[in-house]
Amino acid sequence: MASITRRAFVKNGVAAFTVSLAAPAFLSDLARAQGATQRNLVVLDLSGGNDGLSFLVPYTDSFYYSRRPALAVPAGTVLQIGSDASGKALGLHPKLAGLKDIFNQGRLALIQRAGYQNSSRSHFTGTDIWSAADPVNSQGPGWVGRYLSTLGALDPLAAWNTTGDTPHALEDAGVGVASIPNVATYAFQSPNTGAEAARERAAASSIASHVPVDRPHLAFVSASVQAAMVTLDRVASAGAYRPTVTYPANGFGQALQAVAGAMAQDLGTKVFYVQTGGFDTHASQDTTSDNGAYVRLMTTLNDGLSAFYGDVRNQGLLGDTLLLSFSEFGRRISENGSKGTDHGAASVMLAMGGGVRGGIFGTAASLNPDPQNPTLENNGADVRYETDFRAVYAKVIDNWLGGDSTAVLGGSFKASGIDFV
Amino acid sequence: MPAAGDELIAHLLRRAGLGAGAADLAAFGGLSYGEAVDRLVNYEGLPDDVDAQIGKPGYLGTTSRGPFSPDTVADDGRQRWLFRMVHSERPLQERMTLFWHNYFATGLSKVSTGIKAENGTRLMVAKASEDPAKQRGQIEMLRDNALGSVRDLLVAVAQDPAMLRWLDGDTNTKAKPQENFGRELMELFSRGVGFYTEDDVYAAARVFTGWNLKVTGGAQSPDASFAFAYNANQHESTAKTFSFPIYPNGSRTIPARAASAGMQDGLDLITALASHQETARRLAGKLYAFFVSETMPPDAAFIDELAAVYLKNGTVMKPVLAYLFNSPQFQDPSVFFTRYAWPAEFVVRALKETGWTGFSAGTALTPLVNMGQQLLEPPNVAGWALGQSWFSTGAMLARMNFASALASNQKFNLASAAAPWKGSPQMVVDYVLSRLTPADVSGDIYADLVAYAGAGVTWTGSTAQLQAKAPGLAHLVLGSAEYQFV
Repeated sequence: MASITRRAFVKNGVAAFTVSLAAPAFLSDLARAQGATQRNLVVLDLSGGNDGLSFLVPYTDSFYYSRRPALAVPAGTVLQIGSDASGKALGLHPKLAGLKDIFNQGRLALIQRAGYQNSSRSHFTGTDIWSAADPVNSQGPGWVGRYLSTLGALDPLAAWNTTGDTPHALEDAGVGVASIPNVATYAFQSPNTGAEAARERAAASSIASHVPVDRPHLAFVSASVQAAMVTLDRVASAGAYRPTVTYPANGFGQALQAVAGAMAQDLGTKVFYVQTGGFDTHASQDTTSDNGAYVRLMTTLNDGLSAFYGDVRNQGLLGDTLLLSFSEFGRRISENGSKGTDHGAASVMLAMGGGVRGGIFGTAASLNPDPQNPTLENNGADVRYETDFRAVYAKVIDNWLGGDSTAVLGGSFKASGIDFV
Repeated sequence: MPAAGDELIAHLLRRAGLGAGAADLAAFGGLSYGEAVDRLVNYEGLPDDVDAQIGKPGYLGTTSRGPFSPDTVADDGRQRWLFRMVHSERPLQERMTLFWHNYFATGLSKVSTGIKAENGTRLMVAKASEDPAKQRGQIEMLRDNALGSVRDLLVAVAQDPAMLRWLDGDTNTKAKPQENFGRELMELFSRGVGFYTEDDVYAAARVFTGWNLKVTGGAQSPDASFAFAYNANQHESTAKTFSFPIYPNGSRTIPARAASAGMQDGLDLITALASHQETARRLAGKLYAFFVSETMPPDAAFIDELAAVYLKNGTVMKPVLAYLFNSPQFQDPSVFFTRYAWPAEFVVRALKETGWTGFSAGTALTPLVNMGQQLLEPPNVAGWALGQSWFSTGAMLARMNFASALASNQKFNLASAAAPWKGSPQMVVDYVLSRLTPADVSGDIYADLVAYAGAGVTWTGSTAQLQAKAPGLAHLVLGSAEYQFV
């Protein structure tokens, strides 16, 4: 085995050596020993506003059941994971069995009641605030983009976005982001073949290299063409990746597979961005039926993340991987007349990876609708934030990425009590 | 070189139209600028039979599994719309339909949830004549109202069955008012963020209680029909007070009325919102970015002028657009090619200018998804992220690869069209640039194109050389940054 280099190992895939989901420990250790020292961050956007109370269920809070007669997850079905610092018993949604396993391995942290003061109920403003890490000026550059800027000149694959549009969180002047919604179609095609096609490709690269100084909008698009041209071959190598597990066939699963591929091929990417949507459950949220809307959301999330976790672990990359989720807001505590929930305030964030100190962080709200209840706001309608989401970002920037959160976030948001990484 | 007047009309056709194909050049050739604006804006007298040409030779093709069924199969509906964009004699109507589709962005996948897929598609794209209950789909409704009164359009949107499903109006009841539509009505469809309060959202939700959907024929039946129905029993009839005026006398309160008359609440609110200064200015800003420029910020006075024309004309769009196209701001050459082409616009213009004989609209569907604009599936109710957001690396590659597919398909047509210019590689480059009309290319890029045209060959202008180089050049030009602007 000593002659197997990391690259050859990766090229053939650990799958070549193992057929089971979990690689033998020695293979994982070997891969780890042979390289893989690039820490990366995977930002997961649960878009639409994830209902934290269906995700992490306070199954002994009687107000949870009285305020959600149609939507509450029955106490008997939740996946119990213990109690938080306030003694509140908590359980994961029943479809999150894979996440519970990861929690039990100490590699999943749940940060309750993350948010900010006067939480916006607009999807767009909310997303901007979480992306810019700024509740006041939400149109500023993205927090991840600003972090990347501090690293100096970067190649376009430093940030790998698996969605179509560049997400706000990754945006900053001078930071190129490769958007790769589909690895297979990320290729240069030509009406010609052979040498003629190669001449066209060379011409396209040359054309894009002439940056028109007096027309910045043209320069922007040229830069995108250029970035595409210089990343083609490396992205194709990620496309050739053979995962050690079977990912779900949905968009979320395929995006995570591409992320694992890019990590395993050592392409130098520092930040990945993955999104899964549908969390805007105003009506027919249905948290219990097999085909219920929220049940499907949890299944997608659980199956995708479980596959990803297993794959990067098998590849020996778990220790380099941190996944952090956010959503633009949580949802209202009381269900609405459409058996759904409207836009709310604070919610739960999750962090997963080999460097994560797992557990439940922060305290759950009491759902008592008394307007004086200090853990709620808006006359008891919403969960009030306890942990400023920027403190979570600060922890990731300082303790995981080795950056300076005060510089990146424009102020110190360091906080104690959330030592999840 | 075309005369300045021709350049201006070309600009007008890129903006108010969808590019200039041979039919557009014939229709607009010889018109003065004023006449061209008039033809675009006052389109009612022009034929609207474009759909009847689908499947006929000489037009863009379509591809379907089974019989072409644009009212019940989403991809067929998308193809019909692309066909209209390429061939309609009323390009501004299609352009504005696309504008409103983004403005009232409604996603088919949610509209279809829980009902038969064909019914969801009908709710989005069927013509009234195609629907069992003669209910027109949302896109048809937008097309009918493309240049009409925004107040009437907002009422039609609030009562549109697809919208009622999309923003959950169909579940807005007295006991539990549903906020989704009321919020977006103010945030995205009228006044804008910062110009309403959370209390306004609660009030608006109550205003629209009972604005529900009547389903006949059984929701799971393939010919179920869905129609707006005001349900007085579900209307919350107490007074609703807003932070802004509802009535001309300045009153902010919609009075309590009998539930049987409660539908008037919603009409009062919409009438007020449509004619608010905030709405007028917000819409004017959107029109400026859509038609004039995304790279040069608007002059505040110009936005005020557009807003004033809108309000003076009782929220009717046609005079606003006529004013806009006739304005010096629109005609200023410095705004030419300063608008980032949406994927659908890029595809349609490329088809018009490159040619379509033997090409199917179906071939454009997957590329449009990869470019980030699947028609009928905007990412959320705020619509697509516009401008530079279209140009991620992956989306740009999708544009380049569509250009490749089109150039490859049109290989023989391009080669024979270029034959009169076969004298030198440079002449072929000049021909392709004059046909495709990108923004001015720099000398460096021009040199690259000429170098490519002559690369690897001893130039003879042979058919084989033209069949390689003409599509190769078309691919490079259509895939260049210069072509991504209108």
